Amino acid sequence: MNDKIKDNTFTINFGPQHPAAHGVLRLVLELDGEIVDRVDPHIGLLHRGTEKLIEHKTYTQAIPYFDRLDYVAPMNQEHAFSLAVESLLKIDVPRRGQTIRVLYSEIGRLLSHLLNITTQAMDVGALTPPLWGFEEREKLMCFYERASGSRMHAAYFRPGGVHQDLPDDLIDDIDAFVDSHPAVISDIENLLTDNRIFKQRNVDIGFISQEDAQLFGFSGVMIRGTGLPWDLRRSQPYEIYSELEFEIPIGKNSDCYDRYLLRVEEMKQSLKIMKQCIQILRKETGPVSSQNNKLFPPKRAEMKASMEALIHHFKLYTEGYHVPKGEVYRAVEAPKGEFGVYLVSDDSNKPYRCKIRAPGFAHLQAMDYMCKGHMLADVSAILGSLDIVFGEVDR
Amino acid sequence: MPDTDNENISDEDIYQSLKNRYKKNILNFNLIPDLSIDIKAEIINDLVKHLKDSRDFQFTTFIDICGVDYPNRNKRFDVVYHFLSMKKNKRIRIKAAIDEKESIESIVNVFPAADWYEREAYDLYGINFNNHPDLRRMLTDYNFQGFPLRKDFPLTGYTQVRYDDTQKRVIQEPVELGQEFRDFDFQSPWLGDPQEEDKEIANKDE
Repeated sequence: MNDKIKDNTFTINFGPQHPAAHGVLRLVLELDGEIVDRVDPHIGLLHRGTEKLIEHKTYTQAIPYFDRLDYVAPMNQEHAFSLAVESLLKIDVPRRGQTIRVLYSEIGRLLSHLLNITTQAMDVGALTPPLWGFEEREKLMCFYERASGSRMHAAYFRPGGVHQDLPDDLIDDIDAFVDSHPAVISDIENLLTDNRIFKQRNVDIGFISQEDAQLFGFSGVMIRGTGLPWDLRRSQPYEIYSELEFEIPIGKNSDCYDRYLLRVEEMKQSLKIMKQCIQILRKETGPVSSQNNKLFPPKRAEMKASMEALIHHFKLYTEGYHVPKGEVYRAVEAPKGEFGVYLVSDDSNKPYRCKIRAPGFAHLQAMDYMCKGHMLADVSAILGSLDIVFGEVDR
Repeated sequence: MPDTDNENISDEDIYQSLKNRYKKNILNFNLIPDLSIDIKAEIINDLVKHLKDSRDFQFTTFIDICGVDYPNRNKRFDVVYHFLSMKKNKRIRIKAAIDEKESIESIVNVFPAADWYEREAYDLYGINFNNHPDLRRMLTDYNFQGFPLRKDFPLTGYTQVRYDDTQKRVIQEPVELGQEFRDFDFQSPWLGDPQEEDKEIANKDE
């Protein structure tokens, strides 16, 4: 790498068991005094071979693996996979199903941003925000549980729709949450936005230019921080996003502080989207999933009376369904950026290849670029603002 | 919305323009469901540079590189590239087929992001990238052997690790399954005439 080795640099290990490493990240840091010279992230300590496992499972069995990628916002991952399978099968999701998906995607965004904003604050020394943020996350995970039966690993978005309909009182409770949540956001903002220490640690730290952000494959908040108004929900809309009203906040300075502000603003926009979804859900009563029983299992009540429904159910949960030969790339605006699934099908009941394009992988790669010349203490601030979750980076 | 250029370009136009420039080096293409172009592996670096720099496309955002394994094919691997043009709001997929013994030119000089993605493809498939600055393993364990995402690599792998109390260290040993690995074949046809399906399967085998 370097032609001559500087005699005053030394190398330290950051992680893999470091509380500010957001999981199992090992950074090999080369330091010149307290200035960072080179960062070499070693990843893969949480590698579980998700892509290989998916190749050996039917399409329905593959869904739970997506919950375990970015486990902070599980349903957003399922969404990308479901969209990919749906576009190969050429089926549509009924309007109520689409609305529920949008509602829960935004809950996922809140879950993720609440965790990131507050732990970013913890990385630079504040302990209160995470405690407040986690209380809200708890409520949101209850909504997950009441819809899918599981607090985190939901397996709720299936190709063709969502697994089950939402009860009316759940919609009322989400509505009440949407009304009460802004007060909590402003509490957290009171703690952080004008906080002297928080600003000293984040303003002008971790700059990246627009051009470089694109070359490094950035997406989501990271690219909007540079001032590019790029959001897949607006630019390449899926589900019912095209008819919803919301704003895309963009940054000016492309530093850690801007990215914090963007996440706060995105949470407010998410609440706005959720409110609109709730209004639609109260009017729109149709089915929540595709009515094609060769692809989507029948309801349990139906199975008690209909032999055909029973056969469909059995076949779908053993053999699954066959997806026509083809390949497709579908992406969603996950909380962390563009989460994409490149799916190759060979007309069988299992994916031939399922490549998962995780936003965190691209972001983490730029650590070396972004940290060079910064102080050692800034490493954890930058890492916090990248919003890394190791489930999706290591897959 | 980003300030998208007014002159829109269709997928068809992108393909035609590339076809005119690269002629026989473009082997095949698809417009549905996504724009996908098969190319000869030799031109990858030049093509990616062109996609990025050309005023008409501006595929300046790197999305993904991955491998796909087709063991029965002449050229075993597909290296699949995805790019995005925010200006034109377009996506493109480039596929280059290479053999196990061949290598393909790295595009790290065009997109620095390709670094880790090429390392990953090397790690999981054993695809070699020429002129890559630092082609180390990415996701697998230190000292890992073999290329796990190849189709001939078993799902359970070859080795397992555990902490050995007598040696006071983590040791590697051949994998031992508590129960036989079960890979169910559900290829039973449940649509159409079963006898017809059997004939088809017999024909395929021949």
